[in-house]
Amino acid sequence: MSNTPILELRAVSKSYGRGDAEVHALREVSLTTGAGEMVAVMGPSGSGKSTLLTIAGTLEDPTTGDVLVGGQPLAGMSRHGKARLRRQTIGYVFQDFNLLPGLTAAENVSLPLELDGLSARKARLAGLRALDGLGLGERSGHYPDQLSGGERQRVAIARAMVGERRLLLADEPSGALDSANGEAVMRLLHGACKNRGMTAVVVTHDAQLASWADRVVFLRDGRITDQTGPVPGPESLLVTESDK
Amino acid sequence: MSVRHAMLALLSEGPSYGLQLREEFEARTGDVWPLNVGQVYTTLQRLERDGLVVSEGDEDSPQKAFRITEEGMRELDAWLRTPPDLSSPPRDELVMKILIALRVPGANVSEVIQSHRRYLVELMQQWTRIKEDADPADLSLGLAVDAELFRLDAVVRWLDAADGRIKRAAADAVLADMRPADPGPADPDLGSTGLAKTGPLPRMSLSTSRKVRTRR
Repeated sequence: MSNTPILELRAVSKSYGRGDAEVHALREVSLTTGAGEMVAVMGPSGSGKSTLLTIAGTLEDPTTGDVLVGGQPLAGMSRHGKARLRRQTIGYVFQDFNLLPGLTAAENVSLPLELDGLSARKARLAGLRALDGLGLGERSGHYPDQLSGGERQRVAIARAMVGERRLLLADEPSGALDSANGEAVMRLLHGACKNRGMTAVVVTHDAQLASWADRVVFLRDGRITDQTGPVPGPESLLVTESDK
Repeated sequence: MSVRHAMLALLSEGPSYGLQLREEFEARTGDVWPLNVGQVYTTLQRLERDGLVVSEGDEDSPQKAFRITEEGMRELDAWLRTPPDLSSPPRDELVMKILIALRVPGANVSEVIQSHRRYLVELMQQWTRIKEDADPADLSLGLAVDAELFRLDAVVRWLDAADGRIKRAAADAVLADMRPADPGPADPDLGSTGLAKTGPLPRMSLSTSRKVRTRR
């Protein structure tokens, strides 16, 4: 595992409109995330959370500042180059799953690999492995409308992680789920970071979900205003032998 | 948390010694609520005095076993069915701090709120880590950790709502200042308390709203 940050935002600003109608969605945001780290971005509606995610995911360009993914600067990268980077390195998880209804779970997961040029057979095998890893092996032939909300989101996570993706971007990934399924989704995302060395940036307004992250960054009016420190061990909260 | 009733609940399963009761209490509450030995024995003595438990064995021996009485069983059953008193809000230190910050000259209430929010989220991260590492079969720990997470989450939500409400009030005050001057009645509360106004919240006052009775 290299020490190169997987995602780096350097003084990124984003504004829309001009003159009196200009809106500053992000102002001088700097954020660096390493391999195996899960970062949650918390903030109220309109604080710039989703803009940060779309810029980190190369779907939008910043007005000023630099974005680097896996050490590669995006500035000057061709549209084709960005599309390839997205397919190979970045996975997305959305609140409303965004699965293709006419494809089975396995087909949904293997599609990005096929689009990237992998043979249908190899892509399907990789898709089945990814589903199996998330406990959905037996549901691989089901269509999205035959799956529960929690299962659909797990398929979406499998799709986001399949292949050699290293950066996972999630926008309110469990917003549409009940607390048990929401917890299961966050457990999977954190497990993928810890065990597979993935980097995840999760945008949420929900403190319970954010608390799964290794670091929580607070965004307000387009600026990072604060962040949490390292998480101490359980000793400070649980009864230990020395307390007795 | 009623240690008295927790002891009765443990004794409802059969006679037990004081030290055993302490260990059982901590295990059943997921090792989240520590209990010292003195607290256990004082509680048991009071329960015995009230006829809810009886002790067995040598009076002077530290190894005295306790057994729940029929009256103790009735008391336990009644307690389980009695809702806790949630009718009046607690006198919450955090709520008081935010209300007071509104009145302190130069205090940045948003920053005060954020410092508390960060602390709470850090605490939640610790609890979540404990949940993540816990044995899924440890139901007591899972339930105790969830209770803490939901409690802290509610406080964070209140801070978020307070932050938004204060921001809107400030924006309304700025808009009001931009309108033509309306002398209106003076604000007697601010004058009488001598507390300063905080930034763009000139008409914010604790005592102009209806009083909320709080409990300690």
